[in-house]
Amino acid sequence: MTLLDVENLHVYYGQIHALKGITLHVDQGEIVTLIGANGAGKSTTLKTISGLLRPREGRITLSGLDLAALPAHEVVAKGVVQVPEGRRIFGQLTVHENLSMGAYTRTERDGIDGDLERIFTLFPRLKERRAQVAGTLSGGEQQMLAIGRALMSQPKVLLLDEPSMGLAPVLVEQIFETITGINQLGTTVLLVEQNAFMALQIARRGYVLQTGEIALSGSAKELQANAEVRKAYLGG
Amino acid sequence: MEPTAKTARGLWRSVVQTGALWGAGAIFLALVGLVEAVSHRQIVAGVLSLAYALLLLAGLGAGIQVSRRWAGTAAWQRIVGGALAGALVGVAVGLLVVVGRSVNLRIMLINASPALYEILSFGLGVGGVPLMVLAQTGAGAIGAATPLLPPVFRRPVMAGLGTAFVIGLFQDLVQLMLQSGVRASLRSLLFTGDGLALHGAVLLFVFAAGVNVLRARYRAPASRWAVGLSPQRRQVLRWITLGAVFAAILILPWVAGLFISQVLVLVGLYTLMGLGLNLEVGFAGLLDLGFVAFFAIGAYTVGLLTTTGPLAVAHLAWWTVVPIATVVSLIAGVFFGLPILRIRGDYLAIATLGFGEIIRLLVLSDFLRPWLGGSQGVLGIPKPVLVGLEFRGPQQLIYLTVAASALVAFVAARLRDSRLGRAWMAVREDEDVAEALGINTVNVKLLAYGIGGAFAGVSGAIFAVMLGSVFPHSFNVLISINVLALIIVGGMGSLPGVMVGSLALVGLPELLREFSDFRFLVYGAVLIVMMQLRPEGLWPTAVARRELHDEAQAPAVPGHAVELAGAKEGDG
Ligand SMILES: Nc1ncnc2c1ncn2[C@@H]1O[C@H](COP(=O)(O)OP(=O)(O)O)[C@@H](O)[C@H]1O
Ligand SMILES: [Mg+2]
Repeated sequence: MTLLDVENLHVYYGQIHALKGITLHVDQGEIVTLIGANGAGKSTTLKTISGLLRPREGRITLSGLDLAALPAHEVVAKGVVQVPEGRRIFGQLTVHENLSMGAYTRTERDGIDGDLERIFTLFPRLKERRAQVAGTLSGGEQQMLAIGRALMSQPKVLLLDEPSMGLAPVLVEQIFETITGINQLGTTVLLVEQNAFMALQIARRGYVLQTGEIALSGSAKELQANAEVRKAYLGG
Repeated sequence: MEPTAKTARGLWRSVVQTGALWGAGAIFLALVGLVEAVSHRQIVAGVLSLAYALLLLAGLGAGIQVSRRWAGTAAWQRIVGGALAGALVGVAVGLLVVVGRSVNLRIMLINASPALYEILSFGLGVGGVPLMVLAQTGAGAIGAATPLLPPVFRRPVMAGLGTAFVIGLFQDLVQLMLQSGVRASLRSLLFTGDGLALHGAVLLFVFAAGVNVLRARYRAPASRWAVGLSPQRRQVLRWITLGAVFAAILILPWVAGLFISQVLVLVGLYTLMGLGLNLEVGFAGLLDLGFVAFFAIGAYTVGLLTTTGPLAVAHLAWWTVVPIATVVSLIAGVFFGLPILRIRGDYLAIATLGFGEIIRLLVLSDFLRPWLGGSQGVLGIPKPVLVGLEFRGPQQLIYLTVAASALVAFVAARLRDSRLGRAWMAVREDEDVAEALGINTVNVKLLAYGIGGAFAGVSGAIFAVMLGSVFPHSFNVLISINVLALIIVGGMGSLPGVMVGSLALVGLPELLREFSDFRFLVYGAVLIVMMQLRPEGLWPTAVARRELHDEAQAPAVPGHAVELAGAKEGDG
C-alpha cells in the first residue's frame, strides 16, 4: 500500500529550477533510498516533502491526504518527520532536552515517557548520556540523537538526509543497522544518501536522482546490478 | 597561557605591553575628562578621591594582569613584574603631565585642562610625577600580590575593601539614610563633614571582612541545618524569609529616602522592560533594537485614556487602563513581528531599529498632533489611587514597580518552563530544525514579540504616571540600547540577571551623576570587559554557563571509555 506519494514535483530557488518533475512513492513498511551526486536535489526533495519548501507544481500525499499545502509543523503532526542533513542537534541542550523537543507536537505525557524508554533501548549510548550536553557528543552519537529526536514525534515516515555523512566507517555501519532496526519496528523510511553502496544494501527499492530529475528507479538489487549505477556511484 | 610568555623575553615583553596598555587607559580616562569630573567625589575624606582611585586602578589592573600571565614563576618575580608594570603606568601618566604643561593640548583635547594636571601631579607640578610613579608602582605590586594570596585571605580583604569603597563612594546617600536615633550616632561614628572618615573606612573594612569570614565558616552548616529540617519546619522558614523580604520592601522607600526611591523606580521600570526584551532576545533569540516602541505605546495608552487634559480619549482609572495598555502593546508586538518574520540575524537588528524610530516619529509628527499632542506630548496624567492611598511620588510608586516586576518575572518564569518556552528555546538554537520538528515558528515568534511588548507596555504605563505626562523625546533609541545592554550584562536569558543588569547599568549611573556624560563610554568599556572576562553575564542561566565554560559541562561517565573508544573517533 502506498503511504507517501510524490508526483511531478517542481521546486525552484528563485530562478534556479532545482527539481524538474520528481515522481516517487514509498510503500508502507519500506525502506526506499534516494541516491545521487552532490547537488542533484536530494535534500530539496526531502525539504519539500516535509513542508520546509513549497513546490511550484506537483502533489505530495500521505495515505491520500494532501501534504503540499500544509505548513511544516502540520506535516510533522501528520506523521512525516525529517532528520536534517548534518546532525543539527541543539548543541547547548542536554540529550534528554533534545529528545523531549522532538516530542513537541505531542501532548500525552505517558506515551512520551514510553517512547523515551524505547529510544533509549534503541540507543543505549544516549541513555548513559542523557544528562550530557549534546554538543559534546561524538559525531556518531549526535547522529543517533538526531534520529532519536525525530522518532519522538512518532512518525509514520522518517525522512533521513545523509545520516552517514562525515562518520567513520564503523559508525556508518552502525547507523545503517539502526535504520534497519527502526524500520523493523514499523517505521517507513525514505533515506537520502551519497553512500549508495550502503544505502542499497538496506533498502528495498531506490531512485537515482540526477540534476533534479529521476534518472533511474528499481529494486535495490536491480540498481546494484545496473552498470551505470555501478560506474557512477558504486566505484566500478 | 601562551607558551611564549614563559621565556624571559616574553616575560619582559608582557610587562611592557601590559604597563603601556593600562597606562594608555589611564591617559584616556584623563583626557576624556572623567578623572577631573570625579575628582570632587571623596571616597575616604581627605585621603582618597574617586579620581585617584580610578588612576590607581590602572596600576592595580596592570599588576594583576602581569601576575596572572606569569603564573608559574616565583612569587617575588611576579610582584616585581607587577610593580614594574605599575611603574610604567605611572610613567605614562607622568608623561602626560610633562607634555601637557609644555605643549597646549587643549587645541584638540578640550579636557586637557590645568586642573587636570594639578590632579595628575598631586598639585606639585612636575615634582609630583615621581610621586605618581611611586604610587602606581605600589598599586602594581599590590595588584600582583592579590592573585598570590590564598582565597581564605583574599576574599575577606576584597569584601572589606569593596564595602569601604562603595560606602565611601556613596557617602552622601548613606548619610542621608542615617539621620535620626541610633542611626545618627552610627553616622557620626563613620563620617566626618566631608565624607567617610579614615577610621570609619577602617571600621567598615574590619566589619565586612569579619562578616565574610563568618559567612565562609557558617554557610555550609547553616544550609545543612536548613536542609535537615522537617518539611513543615522548612515551610515555616520559607514563610519567615518571605515575610522578611516583604517587610524589607515595605520599609525600603522610607529608609532609603526620596532620591534612592526614585532611582529604584527607574531600575524597576528598566527591569520590566528587560524582562520583556529578555523574552525576545534571551528566550527566543530574536534581536530587537526597536523595543522602546512598546514602552512608548504603553505610556501613550495610559496618557490618552486617563489624562485630564484636552487630548483625553476617555477618563478611565489607571487600574483599568493598565490591562488595556498591556493588550495594546501585545497587539503592537504581534504586528511588529509580522513584517520581520522572515528576517534573520543582522538584518533583524536594522529592521527593528527602524520600527522603534517609526513609532517615535509618529508620535512626534504634526500629522498626528491633534490626537497625540506632537512634541508637546500628553499632560495631566493623574496618579493612581488605591483604597485611598495615592501613588503620589517615587516612595509610593516603588511598591507598584516592585509588584509589577514580581508579577511579570513570575509570568516570564512560567512561560520559560512551558511548552511555549521550549519552542522559543528551539527557535533560538536552530530555527530550521525547530520548524522541522513540528514547531509553528510563525506563531512562536509572534508570541515572543507580543508578550515581550506587553511587558514593556506595563513599564510604559507606570512611567506615564511617574512623570504625569508623556513626551516623544522620552522614547529614543538609547532606551532600546540600554535595555539590550542590561540583559547582556545581567546574563542573556536569565531572569535574576535582568534585575542585576538594570541595577548595574541603570541604578549605578544614576547614583554616580558625574558619570552621566560618560555613560555610554562606561557602557562600552563594561561590555568589552564583560565579553572578555564573563561573557555569560553577571547572573547567567545554566545553559549559557555550559556554553561558555567547558569545565562546567557534564563529565563523561567513567567506566564506559573502552566501550566508547570506537565512537570517540567519530568525526572523520
Ligand atoms: N537555498 C538555496 N538557494 C539556491 N539554490 C539552492 C539552495 N539550496 C540548494 N540549491 C541548489 O539546488 C540544487 C539541489 O541542491 P540539494 O537539494 O541541496 O542537493 P543535494 O542534497 O542532492 O546535494 C543544487 O544545484 C543547489 O545548488
Ligand atoms: Mg543534500
